Amino acid sequence: MLSKAWDGSVNYCQMMDEQGNIDPLIFPKDLDDKKIIEMYRWMTLTRAADAKALSLQRQGRLQTYGPSMGQEATQIGTAMAMRKDDIFVPNFRQHGVFIARGLPLDVFYLYWKGYEEGCIIPKEVGGMPYIVPVATQIPHAMGIAFAQKYLKKDAAVVGFVGDGGTSEGDFYEGINFAGVWKLPLVIIIENNQWAISVPRARQTAAKTLAQKAVAAGLPGVQVDGNDVVAVYKAVTDAINNAKGGATVIECVTYRMSMHTTADDPTKYRSDADVAMWQKKDPVARVKTYLTKKGVWDDKKEQQLANDNKEEVDAAVDKAEKFKPDPKSMFTNIYSFMPDVLKAEMDAAVEADFWQEE
Amino acid sequence: MVGALNNALDLMLKENDKLVVFGEDVGKDGGVFRVTDGLQAKYGDGRVFDSPLAESGIAGAAIGMAIGGMHPVAEMQFAGFMFLGFSQMVNHAARYRTRTRGNVTLPLMIRTPVSGGVKTLEHHSESPEIYWSHMGGIVVIEPSNPYDAKGLMIKALRMTDPVVFLEPTKLYRLFKQNIPDEAYEVPVGKAAVMQEGTQLTIVTYGTMAPLVKDVVAKKKTDAEIIDLRTINPIDEATIIASAKKTGRVLIVHEASMSFGVGAEVAARVAEKAIFELDAPIMRVAGPSLPYPFPAYEKYWVPNATRISQAIDKILQE
Ligand SMILES: Cc1ncc(C[n+]2csc(CCOP(=O)(O)OP(=O)(O)O)c2C)c(N)n1
Ligand SMILES: [Mg+2]
Repeated sequence: MLSKAWDGSVNYCQMMDEQGNIDPLIFPKDLDDKKIIEMYRWMTLTRAADAKALSLQRQGRLQTYGPSMGQEATQIGTAMAMRKDDIFVPNFRQHGVFIARGLPLDVFYLYWKGYEEGCIIPKEVGGMPYIVPVATQIPHAMGIAFAQKYLKKDAAVVGFVGDGGTSEGDFYEGINFAGVWKLPLVIIIENNQWAISVPRARQTAAKTLAQKAVAAGLPGVQVDGNDVVAVYKAVTDAINNAKGGATVIECVTYRMSMHTTADDPTKYRSDADVAMWQKKDPVARVKTYLTKKGVWDDKKEQQLANDNKEEVDAAVDKAEKFKPDPKSMFTNIYSFMPDVLKAEMDAAVEADFWQEE
Repeated sequence: MVGALNNALDLMLKENDKLVVFGEDVGKDGGVFRVTDGLQAKYGDGRVFDSPLAESGIAGAAIGMAIGGMHPVAEMQFAGFMFLGFSQMVNHAARYRTRTRGNVTLPLMIRTPVSGGVKTLEHHSESPEIYWSHMGGIVVIEPSNPYDAKGLMIKALRMTDPVVFLEPTKLYRLFKQNIPDEAYEVPVGKAAVMQEGTQLTIVTYGTMAPLVKDVVAKKKTDAEIIDLRTINPIDEATIIASAKKTGRVLIVHEASMSFGVGAEVAARVAEKAIFELDAPIMRVAGPSLPYPFPAYEKYWVPNATRISQAIDKILQE
């Protein structure tokens, strides 16, 4: 006997095209101009903060930094779809999510200046700190989702992973547990086409990354990750359905900048490729839409750019005033201070090892 | 010890409604060694439940649950398989408190059977204590008797630290001990002086603790025996005080000799008490090579003869 054991498919969704045109029939009703302008605000602030970080790094005022340029629609669309109590679990490039969820910008710079204090995320932001080991945050997101369900809270958890990260075992383990335990989880795959120098096609022979959801018994969808509206809609739907279980959303986007400041992408990708994606710029797309609608103009644009610059500069100023206390390395290891660890700390203090160079 | 651990989990499930017990086969089956036997029937499958077979997922789930406000107790079925969760443990369980400067703490426990002497397949007999101890941030506990097992587990589950709780398989059913029915605590980070003595200090833990005690009793050696109980953080004060008192230090553990707990103890004794020693510090430990297949394990695990000879040798110095 031969019969179909499973019959599924993965849909692709775009709501605002490269020229800023929308299909009013499927356009989300709750997205009025005010809300789209708010999205645009966050997208431009993210891009400004990102550009500033890059320039600070080049001046030796920041550590290695991984730019988010090109991925603003995925990040802001997701953040805007999240409800107040929902929790996000990032990898290391989700700057826009932090910013749109209200992380004080100086905390963002503290992190990239190399201080653990940049991982102190205020409660109201509802997010976990950056996680560097690729995809290892997905099991955490799943566990946090478990806790929401166990403690009878309404919140959903939104976990982020890259295209490269979907090749990791932790990605699959995380979504598989979420399927079995029916957890309120939304996984955003930020498919920016690259994992450092390795292209998407070298990660998997699967046609989409969204279809990996199928193996975990979860719905998977693919959206235009440079279309903030499509992302917003997909995440909103997934969150609304979260009580019934998890969803995997692949956002097809592009890393317009280098992997990190230690990387030179000209070694492995062509200018033509970059230029092709520049035409799909997620930020320009929203501006075109708003301008065409007559609710945005050069004057507003200039005002916004000024506001963003002011906010970014003030945050950098604040972050640069931060004074680290090396003792804080020792005092936050256990709930108690072991004698042997205290002895190491006291010895360092006594010998005055911690003078500024 | 199985009964003591089961009892401790039972009491803690009752005490803390945010505490859950999960892992491979811990539910209906009660765990392959029966440590969680009957707990699902008593507390329901919302509190005691099976997970998919994936150790990184188990460790990562525990971390997420702890972040989310719960107190998970996850079982790794055998020590050799907890290495599949190594990244989660060292990259996240150990680091979250310091990464967030104390803003996110991880009250969680990963428990697993450890060490050999029970003739099982490859990968079922490892002694992994130093892997979890080396980087700092994880409390590593290894009891050697039922009383301590229960008290240490209860204490550990009332703390907000990530704890690796290592249960010597060989001691699960080796001997019976009458222990109190109610909840009690054994301090974490404090070694036990199993018996006082003046001739030499023997520092040990886990499977070797009862063996050392037997050997010393048979030889009628006036040895002071220290059971570390907590591997990390190490109770240096108790070790140094005893070393200064007896002037001779022998360390006995089952895990491989090189880079082991014995090296750590020896270094601390050398730093703090070398001028009060009458003999070189000595170690009895498993060989510095991977744990063998079961038919060879009798040649690998330190036995009474080796311990006895080491005692004779250190006393002759
Ligand atoms: C487990 C792990 N392996 C390797 C690395 C080094 N590394 C950092 S980012 C990266 C590529 C990640 O690609 P992707 O998941 O697509 O995320 P993206 O950088 O594109 O945002 C690699 C290999 C790492 N951080 N973690
Ligand atoms: Mg990528």
